Amino acid sequence: MSYQWNWSIFSSPVPTGDTTYMGWLLEGLQITLALSLSAWVIALLLGSLMGVLRTVPHRGLSLLATSYVEVFRNIPLLVQLFIWYFVLPELLPFGLGDAFKQQLDPLTQQFVAAMVCLAFFTSARVCEQVRSGILALPPGQRNAGLALGLTLPQTYRHVLVPMAFRLIVPPLTSEFLNIFKNSAVCSTIGLLELAAQGRQLVDYTAQPYESFIAVTLFYLVINVVVMGLMRLVEGRTRVPGYIGSQ
Amino acid sequence: MNYEFDWSSIPGALPFLWEGMKISLEITLTAVVVGIVWGTLLAMMRLSSVKPLAWFAAGYVNLFRAIPLVMVLLWFFLIVPQLLTGTFNLSPGTDVRLTSAMIGFALFESAYYSEIIRAGIQSVPKGQVAAASALGMTYAQAMRLVVLPQAFRNMVPLLLTQAIVLFQDTSLVYMSALADFFGAAYKVGDRDGRLVELLLFAGAVYFFICFAASQLVRRYQKKLNAHVAH
Repeated sequence: MSYQWNWSIFSSPVPTGDTTYMGWLLEGLQITLALSLSAWVIALLLGSLMGVLRTVPHRGLSLLATSYVEVFRNIPLLVQLFIWYFVLPELLPFGLGDAFKQQLDPLTQQFVAAMVCLAFFTSARVCEQVRSGILALPPGQRNAGLALGLTLPQTYRHVLVPMAFRLIVPPLTSEFLNIFKNSAVCSTIGLLELAAQGRQLVDYTAQPYESFIAVTLFYLVINVVVMGLMRLVEGRTRVPGYIGSQ
Repeated sequence: MNYEFDWSSIPGALPFLWEGMKISLEITLTAVVVGIVWGTLLAMMRLSSVKPLAWFAAGYVNLFRAIPLVMVLLWFFLIVPQLLTGTFNLSPGTDVRLTSAMIGFALFESAYYSEIIRAGIQSVPKGQVAAASALGMTYAQAMRLVVLPQAFRNMVPLLLTQAIVLFQDTSLVYMSALADFFGAAYKVGDRDGRLVELLLFAGAVYFFICFAASQLVRRYQKKLNAHVAH
């Protein structure tokens, strides 16, 4: 193979001249980070709510939460993304869909659809972790809370959910890592995040190996940083007396 | 809601969609089989006392698990065609996208399968290995006849669940314009201006297949648990 390596492409200016190709990659990195972090916040909130609902002694509520999880776990992320981006705006009532399509600029449309999609997709997984955390607690915890005169919502808020979260930090870490990786799927609707910028670089510079190596390295760095941060969180929140604590 | 649904383009497109589904299933099956075989080897390397083997396996698994599948597929759609056309003297026009997708998915999924299998091997009590070597078995015999059969029986539900995830992930070959089930549905929708209906249809089909499969896995898991409890 006679491939001409050329690492200087990253410092050469893009056709519009306002930045370098490395600048494009960094813009993509910013979008990947903003997208993943905002989706993660929503996913945590929504997932915690659904995880609690899956364990409450109420048929209707737990059925609702179970169906929620099954729907978001059994449809591929790519299909969900396309449904959020192409289908939902057509079906929204009261001209909301038209407002979405006409009043927001394309980048905002893509970002919002991608964020909502990743958030719901991930929340179903967070929900399962929260549920398993709550179920892993000894039943005495719930009973003790109720015996102290706390209402059931209070027991959840002050006893069960805080304890459950401390138990499920390790599996949540891998979901947190997944959301960054899954955000690459959003390049398919034209959102210029990291992976999409990588492909754009290939089109403009015809240096696929350098471009993909750079993008891959960025993902590896994200991975290492997130793992380091979560290890700190894990050390701080560990529950004494449980497996994994020292 | 003022959208008027028109599902009429689906019945005529069913044969085309079925061709796409066959591609999705083909990729899934290849990746599952290769993934389990190569994943088992990786898991055994990782648990091996030969350090370079253990390092190689750990590096392989961690690398593939740190990179998005989208990126892995982009890499394979770039490299595999060049390697294949170079090695086998194929004419440049030969369509190797399906092969590239299969190789990419298989090598990617091996990393995930290897982690499941490693956990499965480690869940077999140490006494089993000790008993096997006390009976005069070599390490390879102990693995093949004692450890792996027990490990695999416990792992089957997890391996199947991973296969369901993999089946969903195959939709990403859409990126290479290969007409898998999702790609076919998108093409039909795009052609007829009925993207809304086709995307909803595709979502529903994936849902029913994956939901049914995961319910079967769950039932099998229950049976397995009851069996172990007795």
